[in-house]
Amino acid sequence: MSAITRDEVAHLARLSRLALGDDELDHLAAQLDQIISAVARVQEVAAQDIPPTSHALPLTNVYRADEVRPSLPPDRALAAAPAAQDDRFRVPRILDEEA
Amino acid sequence: MTTPTLMDYDEALARFEPVLGIETHIELGTASKMFCGCPTTFGADPNTQVCPVCLGLPGALPVTNHAAIEGIIKIGLALNCEIVEWCRFARKNYFYPDMPKNFQISQYDEPLCVDGHLEVEVEGETYRIEIERVHMEEDTGKSLHVGGATGRIQGAEFSLVDYNRAGIPLVEIVTKPIPATGERAPLVARAYATELRELVRSLGVSDVRMEEGSMRCDVNVSLMPRGAAEWGTRTETKNVNSLRSVERSVRSEIERQAGVLADGGRIVQETRHFHEDTGRTTAGRSKEEAQDYRYFPEPDLVPMAPAREWVEELRATLPELPAARRRRVQAEWGLSDLELRDVVNAGAVDLIEATVARGADAGAARKWWMNELSRRATAQGVELAELPITPEQVARVQAMVAAGELNDKLARQVFEGVLAGEGGPDEVVAARGLKVVSDEGELAAVIDEVIAGNAAVADKVRAGKVAAAGALVGAVMKATRGQADAARARELILEKLGAS
Ligand SMILES: [Zn+2]
Repeated sequence: MSAITRDEVAHLARLSRLALGDDELDHLAAQLDQIISAVARVQEVAAQDIPPTSHALPLTNVYRADEVRPSLPPDRALAAAPAAQDDRFRVPRILDEEA
Repeated sequence: MTTPTLMDYDEALARFEPVLGIETHIELGTASKMFCGCPTTFGADPNTQVCPVCLGLPGALPVTNHAAIEGIIKIGLALNCEIVEWCRFARKNYFYPDMPKNFQISQYDEPLCVDGHLEVEVEGETYRIEIERVHMEEDTGKSLHVGGATGRIQGAEFSLVDYNRAGIPLVEIVTKPIPATGERAPLVARAYATELRELVRSLGVSDVRMEEGSMRCDVNVSLMPRGAAEWGTRTETKNVNSLRSVERSVRSEIERQAGVLADGGRIVQETRHFHEDTGRTTAGRSKEEAQDYRYFPEPDLVPMAPAREWVEELRATLPELPAARRRRVQAEWGLSDLELRDVVNAGAVDLIEATVARGADAGAARKWWMNELSRRATAQGVELAELPITPEQVARVQAMVAAGELNDKLARQVFEGVLAGEGGPDEVVAARGLKVVSDEGELAAVIDEVIAGNAAVADKVRAGKVAAAGALVGAVMKATRGQADAARARELILEKLGAS
């Protein structure tokens, strides 16, 4: 049994806003299946007493003081925007699913 | 799709039992954002409070704001929550332009505060609202939809996004399902939102202004047939932006769901939008499954492990909370439940307390704020606290009344003057020449004049018609421009006319 189905890959692609064709889905589903299976082997050796690692550094409680630092000037903030108008980021109409 | 008929509220409640759930988002009033140093000033020009971190530019790394964590822990403690010993931020992935980095830093299965409760009172009955969790996240940007039906998402051709709000510390407070509120469900929802707002305001960690969006409620409602064991499917009404709307949205959703169910329909689990103008909700997007957000531990932030000593230090700094305070002032001021409710609803607790602290007695302080000043605030359409008069000034007026220098009528004129910007109480008294005529000789002279000028009335009083003396008292008050002590004037008149 495969670790991830073609339908699941299609769903993930939709959530990630990736337009994948049928060929690509076939291709990627098989590849992802291999990757997940390989990673899953780690679970086989992970015993109860080994907590899952989410960070490479053994640190906790790293905070900054509540101090204001200068922000970007608006023209620089907007410099990388594909489109801007009235000092705002201009984006395509919001997804139909919100309507 | 046809619009299902709404069911009359009373009928809906006769057939169905509502279950509520409320998610509240509160922006913390920190100086800087959650993970970067951008300022958080409300109403700044668009995109002037953004930086590589909150814009999600490549290579930028977030660092957690200590004051925000302090703020959420205070909220958690005030809500009787347990503060966990270890937790992490999580990345909530979604594509929507309100977040420039395509994810929001939030918390998922490891919230910072869990298992609390908040008691609210509705019509004399206490409801204990269980708090499931309180977690830390960042706010999103604001979109302006242009074209089509302007301002609305439907039909918009494009959207203009301002990221000033993106990254402001946001605390989400989630209740457990609230069953068994029956027909009071809308009132319980409103009472909870009100009490939560008061609680957070008392902590000083947020200005909790619903009209500015620093407190926003999402209200979940489901119905189950009376006697059923299983809860129905819930809907979530988003961004309900006033206390009144919290109440109305619950009521409206009960009427709508009951109508759908009675027609043999099925409730779809979805997000709905509340419309202030119609008081109704309309369908939004179908709710994503949590798994669609592909939450995973935020790799750019290390775990939080709030030291127990720190948590206890914060607990020790908590102020007197609103419920305890209400109980105290009710006892100290000798108020009935109804009187207390009026004072609370008028937003007068702080004002009266501050007035008492400056020497006024509680009864007088309450009288001025709740009668004369409330009346003027209502007439001007402002909150009591917004009137241009301070508790200190009210206490000063009351001190003059207590010393016999002013009567109530003159005191009202002083308030009028202060509110009109004529200066403080002493200046108004001096400028308007307001002073009770307490000099007996002066008063007696005025009375003699009045008796001489109203011989016919005076004769009636002499003949035993004591009630007629009222006209003479009125004349004395008129002659002294209201500055005489009316009761004393009456005594003197009756004395002089041999009728006492
Ligand atoms: Zn920033």
